[in-house]
Amino acid sequence: MAKHTLSVLVENKPGVLARIAGLFARRGFNIESLAVGPTEHPTISRMTVVVDVEDLVLEQMTKQLNKLINVLKIVELRPDQSLQRELLLVKVRADAATRRQVLDVVEVFRVRVVDVAPDAVTIEATGGAGKLEALLRALEPYGVRELVQSGLVGLARGSRSLTDRSLTAVADRSA
Amino acid sequence: MTQTTITTGGTPLPAPPPGTPVRVPATGAQSLVRALEALGVDTVFGIPGGAVLPLYDPLFDSRQIRHILVRHEQGAGHAAEGYAYATGKVGVCIATSGPGATNLVTAIADAHMDSVPIVAITGQVPSGAIGSDAFQEADIRGITMPITKHSYLVTDPSEIARTVAEAFHLAATGRPGPVLVDVAKDALQAATEFRWPQQLDLPGYRLAPTPHKKKVREAAELLLSSRRPVLYVGGGVLKARASAELAQLVALTGAPVVTTLMARGAYPDSAPEHLGMPGMHGSMAAVAALQKADLVVSLGARFDDRVTGRLDSFAPYAKIVHADIDPAEISKNRKADVPIVGDCKEVIAGLVAVLEEERAVGRTPDLEAWWATIDGWRTTYPLGYDDPADGSIAPQYAIRRLGELVGPDALYVAGVGQHQMWAAQFISYEQPGSWINSGGLGTMGFAVPAAMGAKVGRPDKTVWAIDGDGCFQMTNQELATCALEGIPVKIAVINNGNLGMVRQWQTLFYGERYSNTNLQAARRIPDFVKLADAYGCVGLRCEDASDVDATIEKAMSINDVPVVVDFVVHEDAMVWPMVTAGTSNDDIQVARGIAPVWDEVD
Repeated sequence: MAKHTLSVLVENKPGVLARIAGLFARRGFNIESLAVGPTEHPTISRMTVVVDVEDLVLEQMTKQLNKLINVLKIVELRPDQSLQRELLLVKVRADAATRRQVLDVVEVFRVRVVDVAPDAVTIEATGGAGKLEALLRALEPYGVRELVQSGLVGLARGSRSLTDRSLTAVADRSA
Repeated sequence: MTQTTITTGGTPLPAPPPGTPVRVPATGAQSLVRALEALGVDTVFGIPGGAVLPLYDPLFDSRQIRHILVRHEQGAGHAAEGYAYATGKVGVCIATSGPGATNLVTAIADAHMDSVPIVAITGQVPSGAIGSDAFQEADIRGITMPITKHSYLVTDPSEIARTVAEAFHLAATGRPGPVLVDVAKDALQAATEFRWPQQLDLPGYRLAPTPHKKKVREAAELLLSSRRPVLYVGGGVLKARASAELAQLVALTGAPVVTTLMARGAYPDSAPEHLGMPGMHGSMAAVAALQKADLVVSLGARFDDRVTGRLDSFAPYAKIVHADIDPAEISKNRKADVPIVGDCKEVIAGLVAVLEEERAVGRTPDLEAWWATIDGWRTTYPLGYDDPADGSIAPQYAIRRLGELVGPDALYVAGVGQHQMWAAQFISYEQPGSWINSGGLGTMGFAVPAAMGAKVGRPDKTVWAIDGDGCFQMTNQELATCALEGIPVKIAVINNGNLGMVRQWQTLFYGERYSNTNLQAARRIPDFVKLADAYGCVGLRCEDASDVDATIEKAMSINDVPVVVDFVVHEDAMVWPMVTAGTSNDDIQVARGIAPVWDEVD
């Protein structure tokens, strides 16, 4: 098993998310992370899906996704050829005694504080999974009160756009 | 955004008939009816209800479209399937919102599993009420998402015509399948403008590519060099109307052919190269040939579990060529050595072209030893059955005689169970399209409404449904539709008084504990002859083997009303050969407890 990040361009129409979620559920494919949002094109949405599967399952997954009428294109984002980011908001206990130490962690990780209360700070961080995990480990001793994390989003490096057809579409590898 | 035009590949949509208006004011409902007319629809099956009533009003005026009022929406769905099978055109069924729509679900799922092109049109509660648990509201688009090729909910009247055009295009092209169009009541009622022809907006829909030349050549090379090839023919060959090309391929290679349950008739049963049906109840020769093959060329088949048995022991010596229009089928169950994505007609024609070139330079396969082995299996293990000593009817006998007396020009439609397997085994199918059944979903109750739809689509053909008494009681209300609408189908009920296939499994795997499979035929509730009579059909009964021929001939002589023949048969007959579910095809049994002796193949 290995982690794969798929970028899926879909028509921006009602029910598309349900179709994709339903497909994953009924075919027994497990989603690690899913992020959906608009693109530069008003009729197209982009989903970034992270899955942890064997190559054969990945092939079947992309083929099944491609069969959905509203799916326009699927591309695998290789870690070395793409930027992959998640967003984390975390509320950490920080009173007068510990605030300085928490802010030191913030500085070391080059993340930022977006809200301050007498006994807590809220930190915003973006990055890859590794960085966010390390940050959380560093913050844990002070007491994490609440956290929320987005799904991963990713973009290929370089000047090309996904709509250029220049990246390898995953489904083309097998046939 | 790119736009797909109607004329792209696959089965093109029929051109609108001359005089089709280009732009006229219309209600949503009128525009739906006009769109159906422009698509060449001549028959729809359905039942009206509150939310779909606005559609039924202009439908009443259509001179082109015959609406057949069924008795249950499931009947409409299966009738649309039967119509599609028999004509090759898209079948259409209509239902109202809520229960009307949910009653279509079984038929839609059936069409999805067997790739049958149908369009289901359902009324939906007014758009403002959607999501409020309104009277007769059901999220039918959501419900059918996993069992349709695509599904639509239309709330904008101006989008109705385009959506219907897209639905037909999706249903008919590529790998065919069911498409649902759910239309809100207020969209049907609202004033809009009907426009035709429509530009289809399907940027994510790709039709099958031309088969890859290199892969086709690779497959042809394997066919030339292999010593034990088998052509594993599936329903895709029928969908692609590729029987003529298949015949050429067989002529060029001399390779043995097996036709799956979905492909019976794709290649003539009487041809010497035909080994019969593979799989759980396949012929010994067909199952053995696949198990011993060094090359399996799968054409429009999908390595279903009922064919492969335990997957890891299926065709263990074979290289696999897998041609399918749906890339997702290739290597889904069994890894293909040579994958070919494409329409079977083009794939087989491509293979034929290469093999003809090779033949011209003297290269043909040498299969003499292979055929000697296969003929040994055929001689040792022919399909067979025992006639009861007491003169009662073996179900296999009734079905075999039906096929022999009625002949290969008729359409045979089966339900699901023992009678279906016997009909697949003991009737000789010589023509593509002559066999219609529910394969993937295994829908009991399919036969009567599907036969009705087939007969409507092909009134020139004799249509025989071969049904079980269990199946028959699930959908026989459509006999009323047949009688009233002048659809003279013939139904052979193979009446063993039990849910026969389930009983067979109880016999074999549950210690003969017959839990809830006995339909108590001895009490004749219902009496199928009286039932036929009540429905305005002719009912005949046959209880003695010596009367089988005369009864079939009597039924054949009645062509103005539907006929139901109640063949009372013994309850203990079983379907053989059999590969127990989940076991290897190598462990096939010829009959109970009798395993074949395999000759060793090098």
